[in-house]
Amino acid sequence: MSDLVIQIRDLVRTYEMGVETVHALRGVSLEIRRNEYVAIMGPSGSGKSTLMNLIGCLDTPTSGEYWLNGQEVSRMPDDALARVRNREIGFVFQTFNLLPRASALANVELPLVYAGAAARQRRQRAEAALTRVGLGNRMDHRPNELSGGQRQRVAIARALVNEPAILLADEPTGNLDSTTSEEIMRVFETLHDQGQTIIMVTHEADIAAHAERVVVLRDGRIASDTRRREAAA
Amino acid sequence: MLKDAVGMALTTIRTQKLKSFFSLLGVLIGVTFLIAVVSIVQGMNVYMEDQFANKLVGLNTFQLRRMPNFTDASEEQWREWSRRPRINYVESDFVESRMETPAIFSRFCSERLPLVWNGTTAKDVDVWTADAPMFRIKNLDLEAGRVFTPQEAEAGVAVVVIGWEIGEKLFKGADPLGKSIAIEGLPYRVIGLLTKQGTLFGISLDKFAVVPFESPVHRVACRAGFMDEFHVKADNVAGMQAALAETQEAMRIQRRLKPAQEDNFAMQTAEGALEGWKKISAILMTALPMLVSVSLVVGGIVIMNIMLMAVAERTVEIGIRKALGAKRRDIMAQFVVESATLSTLGAAIGIATGIGLAFAVRSLTPLPAAVAPWSVLLGVSLGVAVGMIAGIYPASRASKLDPITALRAE
Repeated sequence: MSDLVIQIRDLVRTYEMGVETVHALRGVSLEIRRNEYVAIMGPSGSGKSTLMNLIGCLDTPTSGEYWLNGQEVSRMPDDALARVRNREIGFVFQTFNLLPRASALANVELPLVYAGAAARQRRQRAEAALTRVGLGNRMDHRPNELSGGQRQRVAIARALVNEPAILLADEPTGNLDSTTSEEIMRVFETLHDQGQTIIMVTHEADIAAHAERVVVLRDGRIASDTRRREAAA
Repeated sequence: MLKDAVGMALTTIRTQKLKSFFSLLGVLIGVTFLIAVVSIVQGMNVYMEDQFANKLVGLNTFQLRRMPNFTDASEEQWREWSRRPRINYVESDFVESRMETPAIFSRFCSERLPLVWNGTTAKDVDVWTADAPMFRIKNLDLEAGRVFTPQEAEAGVAVVVIGWEIGEKLFKGADPLGKSIAIEGLPYRVIGLLTKQGTLFGISLDKFAVVPFESPVHRVACRAGFMDEFHVKADNVAGMQAALAETQEAMRIQRRLKPAQEDNFAMQTAEGALEGWKKISAILMTALPMLVSVSLVVGGIVIMNIMLMAVAERTVEIGIRKALGAKRRDIMAQFVVESATLSTLGAAIGIATGIGLAFAVRSLTPLPAAVAPWSVLLGVSLGVAVGMIAGIYPASRASKLDPITALRAE
């Protein structure tokens, strides 16, 4: 299998806003290798959210190709995309997006529920994922009983539980103070060291500095693509 | 997957107890109605057939009367009936003599009179003047003593067989046999005490006394030569049908009725006595589905609204679930199951309330309300069905939400 996890060619995404056509992405090509740690940056309106939604298979492009882990996903129907999101992508959101009424463990189990895993297996894997992010002793707590940093760790555990091809983080430190942000960045670094491919959308330069490669978008195109250091893999 | 979905639904319901309770009130009331009314009607049916008809009229028994009993009629009808001739001895003798079907007979009059013994009075006692076979016709069993003989009845000997309650009231546990009690000032010797029969609609069936038809009280209870009723009892249902036909024929001959003329007498059977009840029960059973459907439709609409609200409130949750890999049908199933769970819970509480009501009726009234298993099954099925139907539209809206838009909703 190719070492490329993501292959994007001439990705275009336009929205119809009434009579106006908004060009969110005007032809983006991008390749991301296994175990890369990429930050996507850009001012608002640059198309970074659109790109993230496309990479996350939450949206489909107007034209262009997107291969994720060897599958062409740009033309897939809804339910097939849901399956891809479930198996290949681990989301980490700015607002954590945990189910408020469910325990940390139940939140982490959720992707496994949709993967159709048996209850016992779900529990074991969710416990392992929570332990991996250092929350082995907080499994039965609800989100509102956890600190912001702990909530984001639960979200990271949830993102990892299905062993996805990519960890896709959207402003993962946007709602955290700087100490906690550093803590989360250390978790990301550990995961990266363990071989996880990470793609992180952020507008904060010091957060992006943790990544080994920074892609900057401007006006729906890639303005720069810099590698800070060579991949360790 | 279903277990998970029901579990999730129950968690949601548990965290929003009050709102959930109000939303399932409609289904709850509908099912309560269903269970309670069916239980009461079924209980009434059993009661009316076992108790009312057989105790008041008797098994395989009918009464030849001037006019029907246990029936409602227009005033005009009543006036017509009141002009009819009473049943007289000649007629009853003629019916009895012509009867080919094996049967037993008794003339019967009844009057409410006080009974006095040793300064104690039992008021408003139904004093029956009857022939000796009456005890077999009414299935009256003896607790002590004996019933009067045909000879005593014929001779009009002043003896009395008393109902259980009269024995209690006048003699307070002492042996009543051989005691002389006064009926309308006339002395009667107690020769028998009947077993306890219990109550019917809360009215005692033991507050009566039976005396020979021709005994002195007769002139108070009946007009000379006439009777209130002529009781006929056959061995079985077929015999009773035959006896009815023979009685009708004999009466028409005796009264010289032309073929075009209607009967100017009535024959009251147990079944006839049930007619009024059957009408009421039919009305209840027709009205019930309407009542239940209205409640269920209202309940369904309420649940649908609650579910639409839930979908709106939980848009982000739906977005999260979709991002994590929930397919359309997963979201659809989640909300349909949640709606069905809510509604079924309502139905379950409704069943409990309905059974509770039925038991309350049973313990507070003489009606033996009996819970019909089919009504419970129907209640559960209706609960599930209403919930699922009410859930389809909100669930389909939820399943069609775009994950990006849903995640952004706050």
